[in-house]
Amino acid sequence: MKKEEIPQDNGALNKLTKEVVYVTDDSGKYSTDLSTGWEVKTKALDVAWQEIEQRIREAKEKVLRDEASPILYFMELRLMDIGIVAAYTGFWKWTIKKHLKAGVFRKLPDGKLKKYADAFNVTVDQLKTMNVHE
Amino acid sequence: MFMNNDFQHLQAAHCENGVTTNLLRAAGAKQLTEPLSFGIGSGLFYVQLPFLKINNGPAIAFRTMPGLIFKRTCTALNIPVSRKKFSSQEAGKRYLDECLDAGKAVGAQVGVYYLTYFPKEYRFHFNAHNMIVFGREEDKYLISDPVMETVTSLTDYELQRVRFAKGAFAPRGQIYFPKENRIVTDEQVKKAIVKGIKRNVNHMIRIPGNIAGYKGIAYTGRQIKKWPAKLGRHKAGLYLAQLVRMQEEIGTGGGGFRYIYAAFLQEAHAYHPIDELIGISKIFTEAGDKWRNAAVQASGIYKGRIGSQADFDVMGDYLLEISEIEKKAFQALSKIKWNA
Repeated sequence: MKKEEIPQDNGALNKLTKEVVYVTDDSGKYSTDLSTGWEVKTKALDVAWQEIEQRIREAKEKVLRDEASPILYFMELRLMDIGIVAAYTGFWKWTIKKHLKAGVFRKLPDGKLKKYADAFNVTVDQLKTMNVHE
Repeated sequence: MFMNNDFQHLQAAHCENGVTTNLLRAAGAKQLTEPLSFGIGSGLFYVQLPFLKINNGPAIAFRTMPGLIFKRTCTALNIPVSRKKFSSQEAGKRYLDECLDAGKAVGAQVGVYYLTYFPKEYRFHFNAHNMIVFGREEDKYLISDPVMETVTSLTDYELQRVRFAKGAFAPRGQIYFPKENRIVTDEQVKKAIVKGIKRNVNHMIRIPGNIAGYKGIAYTGRQIKKWPAKLGRHKAGLYLAQLVRMQEEIGTGGGGFRYIYAAFLQEAHAYHPIDELIGISKIFTEAGDKWRNAAVQASGIYKGRIGSQADFDVMGDYLLEISEIEKKAFQALSKIKWNA
């Protein structure tokens, strides 16, 4: 990429910093310069987030239809998979799969609910009601 | 207030290159630059792991495994390294404080999900980010994050949370630093460059199987042509978006690290005046340019502007072409006669 071709588009990272890119000058010699972003990758990140938001909405509807427990909703909201939930709560993966069932979740004692609430960075009450505004 | 006065923050394209370069410069390897660290550490790579999904998309990497660039560069320059992980958060904090109080600047592996100064859009459960902690005052830790223009700080709580993030590649509070200061001679850098290039040639053209190295690029190229039929247009578009993010997001310096590698070969030429290096550097620039052209094609698809099978075929052919370019470049590197 040549120095004069560096894209200076808007990107999410731009709020924090410009990023270093490696570019050539007229004689072909490399140096570094800064870019505010590139529309091609801004859009790539945008579509990834649209997909995440879609998954969060679908999870919420599933919980409201009583087809899954709120753990599913918070997993999507916090971008976690079962492995990450297991690492933060200390539960086995198969235990978490059980807790993903609405009926099983309703009978969980407060101690276990607290572990999930901590992992998702919410209160037990928010965990049960999915009532979070962030 | 405790801090390391020799430490100097330099912005880099990639976090691990930046931490390696900045820590080693402070320890005496004054000649080191980001491209040199990247090249000596044999950072250039390509792999698509089949059957594995990351954030519901393909698992693709344009660089070597996290941690290896630092390790290889230190070994090649004969700088001993101290690296510690912790089972308890308290022990991790105590050790970091002791290092800082002794005036050391140290590298830390962290997760970015709870990294407060990162924009929300970038906060995935990615646990192999690297930063330097170079001092503390009261409740604040002084942080040099190489991808940022300036230094920043984190509170005790914030730093502990990212140091002890959980999930794949969990950092477990990992702290690493050069054990002692050593002057690195140009002769050592010269040797390290040859070693780094030879290892990178092996990784890109001699690795067995067809999912890594130049063959891995062709593998993804062939896969891309099948994606619309296999996954449907929408998901195939998401997969391409993931490819572009791995290729261009924070830290690659553009074109999936290919430009950094081209810059490395130019710097290598200053130590080894072999004309071929300049020519081969140009081939890597060409590869980087092609990767970016491919990204533009991919963006047409995930924006929904185009999306026919023919459009995916064009995308796949880009990768097949790049695979050949990189094969040619590494074959040329493998034939160089190094003078000692």
